[in-house]
Amino acid sequence: MKLTVLYFAWVRERIGLPRETIETDAATVADLVEELRGREPRYELAFADLSALRVAVDQELADFDAPVRDVTEIAFFPPMTGG
Amino acid sequence: MAVRVQQEDFDFGAEADAFAEGRADAGAVVTFTGLVRDRPDGGLREMEIEHYPAMTERAIAAIEAEAVSRWNLVDSLILHRYGRLRPGARIMMVATAAPHRADAFAAAEFLMDYLKSRAPFWKKEVTDAGAEWVAAQAEDEAALGRW
Repeated sequence: MKLTVLYFAWVRERIGLPRETIETDAATVADLVEELRGREPRYELAFADLSALRVAVDQELADFDAPVRDVTEIAFFPPMTGG
Repeated sequence: MAVRVQQEDFDFGAEADAFAEGRADAGAVVTFTGLVRDRPDGGLREMEIEHYPAMTERAIAAIEAEAVSRWNLVDSLILHRYGRLRPGARIMMVATAAPHRADAFAAAEFLMDYLKSRAPFWKKEVTDAGAEWVAAQAEDEAALGRW
């Protein structure tokens, strides 16, 4: 399954790119995170503390146990600081 | 109801006037404007605001819809900028119009609280010493609990 994965703020900086297309069989967001962590140290660094991260699945805030099936876009970012 | 996410500056007075124009249905208009606050040491060069374009307007529209469902509003406006802003620059504004002021004030505060921690914006402070992402404050998250 092909997914677009987006990174924002310091997650983007640690990983070194704003978006990428990933081929994955992950069942949940947490599985996808595990897969990414195993890739390279920069991913391990970005995903070291999940409590410091938020995730959006198809542009809606979601939990890390959200399913990935039939999803087209997943975004990882730190807690938002708007306003 | 309107949501605008833009890089360019806005004229607060003109926006407020246009929002309030001809509002015979609203006895109360509340506006709030957020400015880039300098650091206590005066060392802020600029504030960089990043956002998630595909999600931003949707997320804000959902927050706005929630406000409309809770209070008796006749209109609302949410305007938020992104990009590189200097200290003192306008970042965002919220306007609410309601028959009575209690609804207009409460809805404006609700919108502000949710924009701070549920709309996909991230602020980075740039100083001579470098750049640092602004950390989310526990009190901002706690503020959501009052609604």
